Amino acid sequence: MDASFWLLQFLNAMQYSMLLFLLSIGLTVIFGLMHFVNLAHASLYMLGAYFGISVSALTGQFWLAFILSPIIVTLIGAILYFTLIDRMRAAGPMNQVLVTFGLIFVILDLVRLGWGDIALGLDAPDALAHTVSFWGISYPAYRLFIIALGLTIMISMWVVLARTQIGAMIRASVENADMAASLGIHVGRLFFVVFCFGCALAGLAGVAAAPIFSATTTMGITILIPTLIVVVIGGLGSLEGAIAGSLIIGFLETFGAVLLPSLSAVLTYILLAVILVLRPQGLIPARG
Amino acid sequence: MKSLFAKMAMATALGLGMMSVQLPAHADTKVGLILPYTGTYAALGNAITDGFNMAIEEAGRTDEFSIVTEDTEAKPPVGLAKARKLVLQDKVDVMVGVVSSGVLGAMRDFVHQSQTPLIVANAGNNLATGENCSPYIVRVSFSNGQINRPMGTWMAENGIKTVYTLAPDYSAGHQMIESFSAAFTAAGGEIAGSEFTPFGQTKDFGPYLTNAQSSGADAIFVFYAGGGAINFVKQYGSFDIKTPLFGSGFLTSPLYVAAEGEAAIGVRASLHYIPTLDTPENKAFVDAFMAKHGTMPSEYSVQGYDAGLALMAAVDAGGTDKENIAAALPNVSYVGPRGALEIDPATNNIVQNIYVYDTVMGDDGLTQKLIDTIPSVRDDVAGCQM
Repeated sequence: MDASFWLLQFLNAMQYSMLLFLLSIGLTVIFGLMHFVNLAHASLYMLGAYFGISVSALTGQFWLAFILSPIIVTLIGAILYFTLIDRMRAAGPMNQVLVTFGLIFVILDLVRLGWGDIALGLDAPDALAHTVSFWGISYPAYRLFIIALGLTIMISMWVVLARTQIGAMIRASVENADMAASLGIHVGRLFFVVFCFGCALAGLAGVAAAPIFSATTTMGITILIPTLIVVVIGGLGSLEGAIAGSLIIGFLETFGAVLLPSLSAVLTYILLAVILVLRPQGLIPARG
Repeated sequence: MKSLFAKMAMATALGLGMMSVQLPAHADTKVGLILPYTGTYAALGNAITDGFNMAIEEAGRTDEFSIVTEDTEAKPPVGLAKARKLVLQDKVDVMVGVVSSGVLGAMRDFVHQSQTPLIVANAGNNLATGENCSPYIVRVSFSNGQINRPMGTWMAENGIKTVYTLAPDYSAGHQMIESFSAAFTAAGGEIAGSEFTPFGQTKDFGPYLTNAQSSGADAIFVFYAGGGAINFVKQYGSFDIKTPLFGSGFLTSPLYVAAEGEAAIGVRASLHYIPTLDTPENKAFVDAFMAKHGTMPSEYSVQGYDAGLALMAAVDAGGTDKENIAAALPNVSYVGPRGALEIDPATNNIVQNIYVYDTVMGDDGLTQKLIDTIPSVRDDVAGCQM
C-alpha cells in the first residue's frame, strides 16, 4: 500500500463520486423543487447508456452519442413529465413512489425487448482510449475525463445556482414555492426546465459510464440505491448536499471495497443509519 | 392380382412400420424447463432454452415432448418454489435447466426426495456431483473444477511459473480458483498472490489489477462471468496491464466477448466448448444455429442443446417415466458439438474435452482460436455416494 495505491484509489473514488453526483443532483433538485420522488430517475441513467451505445453503433461516432443520448433521454423525461409526473404531483409521496417504482420495471422490460439481455459495451473514443502516466502511476485517460466532466458540471451548477438570476429563482422556489409564485416567478415552467435538466444529467451519466461499465438491464436498479443514499445523506434538495453525499459514498465504497472487503457491503448502510438517527434532514439540507 | 395384393400388403406393412416410428410407444414426456428468464442470468436462460428447443426441433420430435417453462431468476428460494410447482402441480417427468449454483443447492434435496430427474444445463457447483450427488441429478454442462484443473496443469507445463489469481468472493469463485491453484501448484507452479473481490459489487478492478501487476507474477488467472467479466476485461485493457491475462473460459465467452472489444484479444482461457471447433458435428450445429438465430452459438446454447440430446437419448433407451429416465440418463454417451461426451455413472457429471483457446480478431469481429485440447476430463469421485 504505497503512495501510488492511494493515488489510484483516490482517482477511482473520485470517478465513482462524479457519476453518483451526476445522478443524485437531478434526483435531489427535482425532489427539492417539486417535492416529487422520482425513483425512475435511475432508469433514465440506463436509457442514457443504451441510447449512447445505439447512436454510437449507428453513426460510429462516440461524441455524437455523447451529445444525442442525453437529448433523447430528456425527450423521454419530458414525455413522462406530461403523461405521468405532472398529474402525480398532488398525489402524495406514497403514490409517487409506487408509480415511479412501477415505471422502473416497465422501462426495464422495454429495454430488454429492445436491446436484449446480453450486456453491451461501448468503446471509449480513440482520443481517450490510452493511459496517462503521472506521479508513478498510469491511469486510463477516459476516467480522468469523467472526473473532469463531473467537476466541470459541479462548478458550473454552483455558479448558476449561486450567482445567476435563474439560480436565484430556483433557490427561491425550493425554499417557498408559493412566495416565489406571488413574486412573479413562473414556478410550473421552472419546474419543467429543472426536471428536463435533471433527466439530461442522468442520460449523460449513463452514456459516460457505458465505456467503463457495460450496459446491462440491471444497471438502473443497481445504481438507484447508492444514489438514494447520497440524496438522503447529503440532504434533500441541495446542491451542496449532493456534492457532499456523492463524495462520501464514492470514497466509502471504493476504499471500503479494498481495505475492508468483508465489511464493505454494510459500511454505507451503517453510515445511512447513523445519519438518519442523528441528522434525519441530511448533512446539508435545503431550507424550506 | 397376386402381385397387386403383395404390393398392398407391403405398403400396409411399410405404413404400419412408419407409423410405429412416428408414434412413440409411450405417452408424451413432460419437461419442465427451470431457468432464469429475468434478472442477471436472463441471457443465459434464453440461450439454454434456444439450444434445448433446437435439439428437439432438429430431431423432429416436438410432438413428443410437452414443455413447461418456469422463471427462477437467480434466487434460490424462487428456484425451489418453481421446482415444487413443476413436480407437484404440473407433474413433469423430468426437469432441465438451473443456471445458478445457489438455485441448484436450494433445489437439490427436493429433487432427490421427489425422485424427479434433473438435467443440469449450467450450474457448475462441484458439490452437486460430489458430496451432494444424487442419482436423480445428471449434469451435462460442466463442474467448476473440470474447467479449471486442466488449465492449472496446462499453464504450468507451458512455462508459467507464478500466477496471481482474482475471482468474485462467492462459492463458484472459490471453487474455480481452488481447483485451478491445486492443479497449478501440483504441476510445479507457484501462486504469487490471490484476492477475492466482493461479489456483484466490484465495478472498479483497477486497484486489484495494478496490485496483480506489481506482484511480479508471470500471469494473472481470473474467473469472472457476465457483466463482471466484461468490466474486468475492459478495465484490464484500459489500465494497460502488461502481465498476460488467463482465465476460466467464461471470462471471454462468445456470448458477450463482443462487448469487451479489443481488450479481449490475447486473453487465454479454458472452456468446454468454443464455436470454432473444427469437427463435422460442431460445423453442422453452428450452421443450423446461425441459420436460425443469426449469431454464433455459445457454450450456453450447447449446454441446452446437449441437455435436449441427452433427454432424447434417455427416452429412446426406455425412459418412459421419472424412474426410467433417471436410470437411463447416466448411460448416455454420444458425439456432440463439443466432441465425445459421456456421463460418468460414479458422479453423474459429464466427461468431456476441455479446450484452451485464445481470443483473436477475425474477419467478423472477435473469435476463438483453439490452442490445445485436453481430452476426456473426468472429475474425481469427491465423496459422491449414489
